[in-house]
Amino acid sequence: MTMIFGVPAAAFYGQLLLGLINGAFYALLSLGLAVIFGLLKIINFAHGAQYMLGAFAAYLLLETLGINYWVALFLAPIIVGAFGVVIERFLLRRITHIDHIYGLLLTFGLALVIQGTFTNWFGVSGSRYPVPEALQGGINLGFMYLPIYRAWIVAVALVVCFAVWFLIEKTKLGGYLRAGTENSALMQAFGVNVPLLVTLTYGFGVGLAALGGVLAAPVYSVSPDMGSNLLIVVFAVVVIGGMGSIVGAILTGLMMGIVEGLTKVYYPEASSVVIFLVMIIVLLVRPSGLFGKGT
Amino acid sequence: MATTETKMTAAQASKQAENRRRYLLYAVLLALALVAPLVAYPVFLMKILCFALFACAFNLLLGYAGLLSFGHAAFLATGGYMTGFLLSNYSITPEVGIITGTLAATVLGTFFGILSIRRQGIYFAMITLALAQMIFFMYLQADFTGGEDGLQGVPRGHLFGIFDLSNNLIMYYFVLAVFLFGFLLIQRTVHSPFGQVLKAIRENEPRAISLGYNTDIYKLVAFVLSAALAGLAGSTKTVVFQLASLGDAHWHMSGEIILMTLVGGVGTLFGPVLGATFVLTLEHQLSQSFLGDWVDVILGVIFVVVVLTFRAGIVGEIQKFMKKNFK
Amino acid sequence: MKMMKTALATAIVSSLFMGVTAHADGHEISDNELRIGYLADMSGTYRDLAGPNGEEALKMAIEDFGGKVKGKNITVMSADDRNSPDVASSTVREWIESDKVDMIQGLVASSVSIASTKVMNGTDTMGLVNGSAASSITNEHCTPNHIHWTYDTYPLANGTASAVVAEGGKSWFMVTADYAFGHALESDVTRVVESNGGEIVGGVRHPLSTDDFSSYMLQAQSSGADVVGLANAGGDTVNSIITAGEFGLAQAGQTVAALLLFLTDVHALGAETAQGIQLTTGWYWDKDKDARAWADRFYDRTGARPSMVHAGIYSSTMHYLKGVEATGSDKASDVRAWMADNEINDMFAKGGYVREDGRMVHDMYLAEVKTPAESENEWDLYKIVRTIPGDEAFRPLSQSKCSLVK
Repeated sequence: MTMIFGVPAAAFYGQLLLGLINGAFYALLSLGLAVIFGLLKIINFAHGAQYMLGAFAAYLLLETLGINYWVALFLAPIIVGAFGVVIERFLLRRITHIDHIYGLLLTFGLALVIQGTFTNWFGVSGSRYPVPEALQGGINLGFMYLPIYRAWIVAVALVVCFAVWFLIEKTKLGGYLRAGTENSALMQAFGVNVPLLVTLTYGFGVGLAALGGVLAAPVYSVSPDMGSNLLIVVFAVVVIGGMGSIVGAILTGLMMGIVEGLTKVYYPEASSVVIFLVMIIVLLVRPSGLFGKGT
Repeated sequence: MATTETKMTAAQASKQAENRRRYLLYAVLLALALVAPLVAYPVFLMKILCFALFACAFNLLLGYAGLLSFGHAAFLATGGYMTGFLLSNYSITPEVGIITGTLAATVLGTFFGILSIRRQGIYFAMITLALAQMIFFMYLQADFTGGEDGLQGVPRGHLFGIFDLSNNLIMYYFVLAVFLFGFLLIQRTVHSPFGQVLKAIRENEPRAISLGYNTDIYKLVAFVLSAALAGLAGSTKTVVFQLASLGDAHWHMSGEIILMTLVGGVGTLFGPVLGATFVLTLEHQLSQSFLGDWVDVILGVIFVVVVLTFRAGIVGEIQKFMKKNFK
Repeated sequence: MKMMKTALATAIVSSLFMGVTAHADGHEISDNELRIGYLADMSGTYRDLAGPNGEEALKMAIEDFGGKVKGKNITVMSADDRNSPDVASSTVREWIESDKVDMIQGLVASSVSIASTKVMNGTDTMGLVNGSAASSITNEHCTPNHIHWTYDTYPLANGTASAVVAEGGKSWFMVTADYAFGHALESDVTRVVESNGGEIVGGVRHPLSTDDFSSYMLQAQSSGADVVGLANAGGDTVNSIITAGEFGLAQAGQTVAALLLFLTDVHALGAETAQGIQLTTGWYWDKDKDARAWADRFYDRTGARPSMVHAGIYSSTMHYLKGVEATGSDKASDVRAWMADNEINDMFAKGGYVREDGRMVHDMYLAEVKTPAESENEWDLYKIVRTIPGDEAFRPLSQSKCSLVK
């Protein structure tokens, strides 16, 4: 058997692929965070809670209304995104003019409220959300058994990431958004409704978190604390990539998935801190992140 | 305010009067603190004092140097573990344990400071968070910390080999003395020329640099001092509760200390003290009431309300109110 | 000026708070009632297996006892330990010193139980540990003030691992939570597996609260072991089992053995995902007539079936109250002596007894999760495969490191 760093080659490739799958997932979540930061300069600490809301929305739609996965995939992000719009309109908008730190603190408080409320309503044990029938089973790749649903997660995450990147960097709407945050007075003068644009952007970023939640629902237990640990990891991804950089968030997400995946093979105990080690090194060498434009 | 007076003599007289009233109030507060354990449960008061010191140390950095550290839990835990380990394993007196714990936090603070001090705003917060996560991991893996069970049953011992700290009242007055030491040190620092430069850096760093100050050194000293006092709080807390645990190193602890400082009033001397008193009393009352399950939700709501409506915190808002109405 | 106003404001507000604290803590000393404190995780990871429903079980016991003991009122206070030994030790200290609490019930996270019993040691307050898993609580951490009632890691490893090895699961791959509880469980399993002729062929130690177990399941798969042993708890175990199912470990002929699984976890997984898993439990609500009758009453009050911890809380409270009634004393030393002298025969245990190290020895049960076809409703989840006699299940006194054992 061929060995790579003391691990059979087949197993090594398997772990690489799994890392990539998780990376795609991180990319999707950090993308939402990066969009919100890039355009609103808000550090959205409620992102983990909103991801959890997405999973719960899918679960509740199925349990109470019998709405299936495919519909929930669209409906849940819209519902949670609408909730985000409300948050932006009534809470975040009041603090846009002050230090960014307050945005972080406010959303941190919101996360506590959302998570605590769901804990009291649903308990902490969590619930199962079934894998949709069309995506059950797996394929034998020779070096590993790949559940079809995992492949689906990667496909959706990558497509969405690309679409969002294209929307923001290459279209006129994206141009408005970027210009609106650079100089909102000027854009207002051109007749663009900047506050509305900002509200919708936050809603969109929240919707992306919720989409991540729906995708995760069938593979993890749907429970109120599912987003709390993920949050700081995803947050670290965004910082490493460079705050506000869309490309940075996506590529760093993929890279960190792989780095974490390999750590799980060689030193699993450290798999939850390796990302912070990378962050320290990156911030020391490149203070504005790998893809940041400089402070 | 004295500065608005035109004549020097009047200004001086006013300043003297202010000083007199200030010292009178200090005396009143001190008297209150001295009799408090006779009315309230001393261990709870000690908890408040430890966290108040921790919050004051944190506030020195955020309020006076404008640096938001998201990793202060690391210093609290380092002080606690070091003291706990020494007191459990060697026959030394508590003050030696506390001093060593504080020194350990100081060393760690110097290391953190050197790595993080050049970064600003959110990057500073993130690098301190990341470093604190590494420390958390280290304490989780290390043998001497007892993993998630923590160091249990740390002996309180005899202070200077004489005073028996297992007596809650004696322990209380010792903790009060430690707190006063830390608080007065911060007060002196803030009002010293050093403190003035820190505030200048907070307001406008490039300008402070152009005035010829080596701002990195100033910030580093503030960071190390803050870490040392956080360590002192952790060491003292370990002696009080006879316990050092991983919870002290967790990032939630760093978040909680931000909440305490924010609620009380960032950049005010008494704000963190009041914030710690408020948050701990609230948690304490809630956890034993029918609202026990809702502690997190209520803390979250407080976060939101404070950020939206009174960002200056309790003390800051009262100051603003007084300035407006009693000027 | 600014300084003075600040000081004044602080003085006013802090005296207000101190007033509040003093008022709440200023219970007058009274030996005229029995005070019970319920300390558990009410809002975190272990909320469901003990939590608010555990307090309900405690209240049921008091009501069933008649609400009074020796003509004196019984009062209950409760607190959320937030899974923090810090919070726990300060709460327990205050309960003992200021509220004169006579007995503390609940005690879930092992670190919380160890911290709490350390504070109780040497006082007149009794501790009944029900939620914790660590067997060290009655081993190196034993005190004359507490009894560990429901279960511990020793029989968990003993029951499940020996049964699985006996069925031919000789080679094991361990997925262990990287903290003291996980390590303890892993070493217990290793001992049982090796002494029964099996071997541990590999393992990983994952951080607490890991979301994604796919990497570990893949490693387990490529190890070729017969059995994947899960030495973790709560959400980690649930996610491990989901991922094992997703990666088809069972189809590939591997067995998953979860060493600590509560009814609430299995309920969360559902019979579809959890079917066939073997586990060891201290009690099951459908195990006999008495248990069922009590579980029905519990269900009417809470809308859920009780976990073994809930049942343990009820049973231990009952036995304690009987002890207070019989001895006429609420001193820990008196009541504990009575509790050790009298057998436990109730809906929880038949012929259970308390050992000198504080371990309550009772039968444990090896259970298997039913298939969806066998399961009649959402809580109909286990079939009892084997009853493990108490003396065989728990760590023998001959191996004890407890200072109370002579």
